Amino acid sequence: MEIIKVEGLKKYFPVQKSFLEVLFSKELQFIKAVDGVSFTVKKGEMLSLVGESGCGKTTVGRMLVGLEEPTEGRIYFKERDITSLRGEKRREIQRHIQIIFQDPYASLNPRMKIGEHITDPLLIHGIATNEEAKRMAIEMLERVGLVPGEQFYNRLPYQLSGGQRQRVAIARAMVLKPEFVVADEAVSMIDVSLRAAILNLLMSFKEEYNLSMLFITHDLSVAKLVGDRIAVMYLGKIVELGEVNEVIHKPKHPYTAALLSAVPSFEKRDLRVGIFGDVSNPIDLPPGCRYNPRCPFAKDECRKAEPELIGTDRHSFACHYPLDIVVE
Amino acid sequence: MMSLLEIRNLSTYYHSRRGVLRAVDMVSLSLDEREFVGIVGESGCGKSTLAFSIMRLIQPPGEIVEGEIIFSGKNLLELNDEEMRRVRGKEIGMVFQDPMTSLDPLEKIGDQIVETIQMHEDIGKKEALEKARELLESVGLPGNRVNYYPHQLSGGQRQRVMIALAIALNPTLLIADEPTTALDVIVQEKIMNILKKMTSEGRSIILITHDFSLAAEKSDRIVIMYAGWIVEMGDSKKLVNDPLHPYTKGLLESVPDLWLERRIKTMPGLPPDLVNPPPGCKFHPRCPKAMDVCRKEEPPEVQVNGRFVKCWLYGV
Ligand SMILES: Nc1ncnc2c1ncn2[C@@H]1O[C@H](COP(=O)(O)OP(=O)(O)OP(=O)(O)O)[C@@H](O)[C@H]1O
Ligand SMILES: Nc1ncnc2c1ncn2[C@@H]1O[C@H](COP(=O)(O)OP(=O)(O)OP(=O)(O)O)[C@@H](O)[C@H]1O
Ligand code: SF4
Ligand SMILES: [Mg+2]
Ligand SMILES: [Mg+2]
Repeated sequence: MEIIKVEGLKKYFPVQKSFLEVLFSKELQFIKAVDGVSFTVKKGEMLSLVGESGCGKTTVGRMLVGLEEPTEGRIYFKERDITSLRGEKRREIQRHIQIIFQDPYASLNPRMKIGEHITDPLLIHGIATNEEAKRMAIEMLERVGLVPGEQFYNRLPYQLSGGQRQRVAIARAMVLKPEFVVADEAVSMIDVSLRAAILNLLMSFKEEYNLSMLFITHDLSVAKLVGDRIAVMYLGKIVELGEVNEVIHKPKHPYTAALLSAVPSFEKRDLRVGIFGDVSNPIDLPPGCRYNPRCPFAKDECRKAEPELIGTDRHSFACHYPLDIVVE
Repeated sequence: MMSLLEIRNLSTYYHSRRGVLRAVDMVSLSLDEREFVGIVGESGCGKSTLAFSIMRLIQPPGEIVEGEIIFSGKNLLELNDEEMRRVRGKEIGMVFQDPMTSLDPLEKIGDQIVETIQMHEDIGKKEALEKARELLESVGLPGNRVNYYPHQLSGGQRQRVMIALAIALNPTLLIADEPTTALDVIVQEKIMNILKKMTSEGRSIILITHDFSLAAEKSDRIVIMYAGWIVEMGDSKKLVNDPLHPYTKGLLESVPDLWLERRIKTMPGLPPDLVNPPPGCKFHPRCPKAMDVCRKEEPPEVQVNGRFVKCWLYGV
């Protein structure tokens, strides 16, 4: 069953201009942060979302949990259209849809005890009494490796390191036993040894109550480890989507291949697909394929027509001249 | 030759009702000109505290309790506040792990960069703004982002603004605390090239990261921290190919590598409570090689083939 389905999702932000630019410009311009994204997440599925910094990953996540209103497109949660659900109705489903924010420094309230961050959602949703909530919070803190839980419960955010804060954010999202979680770079500050433990923990939630996730990460090895499928975004669009092993070992889109080529690794592969220059400005998108100015394989067609995402459930891609390579 | 930075027996503690938390515990470390050093270690092991100590930004209840930090021949711990302010930014720059340590949420990022530049350089607003645009472009952001407020940027874009702020003054030593946690590998590579280029121009870099493969690929030397100690330190390639300390070995085995078809091993146990660390070697409860002596006495710090290691396995 599909737990989340997104269709043609778009988010345009008005461009910020300096005072003079505002005076002299005629039209309003937009940053096309998300520009027509469609995908589904099945029950119990982990969908990894990777892509260049600024390509729109967080914006997709924020729209899913209702923190940002889509410019266009629809979002379904268990077949129910939740795109413009607000107020009381939103709160009802909010319990089942959680987000772990990207920046653990901004997402914790500096004046609130660590433990209260976790008991708060329990109390708001009327799930537990004060006492139960405290016990559940301490247990959750220990599960994310903040031991002794009792001691971390009483600390304030500034007393925690970056990775410790990230684990508080994970504990806060998971304590509600949500059905769907957007995890936005949730382990980016957690070192490798502990990260493995945290990823295993997320996996155990998946097994325990069939949790589904959109797992946003810039780290391909994490994306591979966690994901059942991977979606690769570039400048507001999904350019490749498929089963993890398909996408990692048989990348079709030149951007995916360039990403794979740049991964620091102890086991260097001979994959050397390049990329030119810098990301295009999401205000003035190039005609045709939006990747064409940076693509080493671009031909005339690429500068004319925008490729659609085509293929099968196992593997689809948006490229006129897909690669035919196997990376072992 | 005198090294650029020489830290001797540095200890930084946080005081609390529960007792004293030894975040940095008798650490000694030196750094040469043009050197690129990576500091790696588990979450909470004291990396940021070490960096804050060098910048002298430790706030109560934190306190540098002993040690020396000699930078360019002067002991930073003996400078007055005004002298230290002059060191910060221009001589020692820092990219903070917490974006909001260096970014003001209520001010456009262009203005923030301009202010930083003008604080240290005597140039006009227009020229400084031009420089701000160039800096943003050098880290892969369109120059017109000068008009944006921090919250209008993506996580990785914010991180790059902080890098731009820190390199704006071209500091002699740049400490970058997890500067690329929100960046994809292609942009990360770009940033690393900027740092590398700085070393070729005579600057030095301390890269704090939990990404072992990144540190291994980019830095000349790696420092491994555990529970406030430096437990191993030496040439990056040699350290990765032949780790000496059991912790380093465990850390290497738990690195998820994209191309290795294995389930990553998790290191057993958790980092210790730094208020009540285990006696002897702080790593002993998690160490597969622990011996009797490890449970009782602090391990010696020894040099093995030019590598620093703090472990009883190499003791005398
Ligand atoms: N202001 C503070 N008061 C009390 N304890 C603190 C304070 N700041 C940090 N600590 C503690 O000191 C230890 C070291 O923290 P530090 O921030 O240096 O870790 P780190 O190695 O940078 O970790 P990370 O990789 O997660 O950022 C941690 O156990 C942390 O909880
Ligand atoms: N409130 C806003 N106003 C204007 N532009 C915005 C706003 N929020 C995001 N943007 C822009 O939308 C684009 C996408 O941002 P988003 O945060 O979704 O990227 P991301 O893929 O999560 O990047 P990262 O990996 O760096 O976190 C960026 O160019 C960003 O500057
Ligand atoms: S001193 Fe002993 S316990 Fe510590 S790392 Fe070495 S062998 Fe292991
Ligand atoms: Mg983001
Ligand atoms: Mg830190």
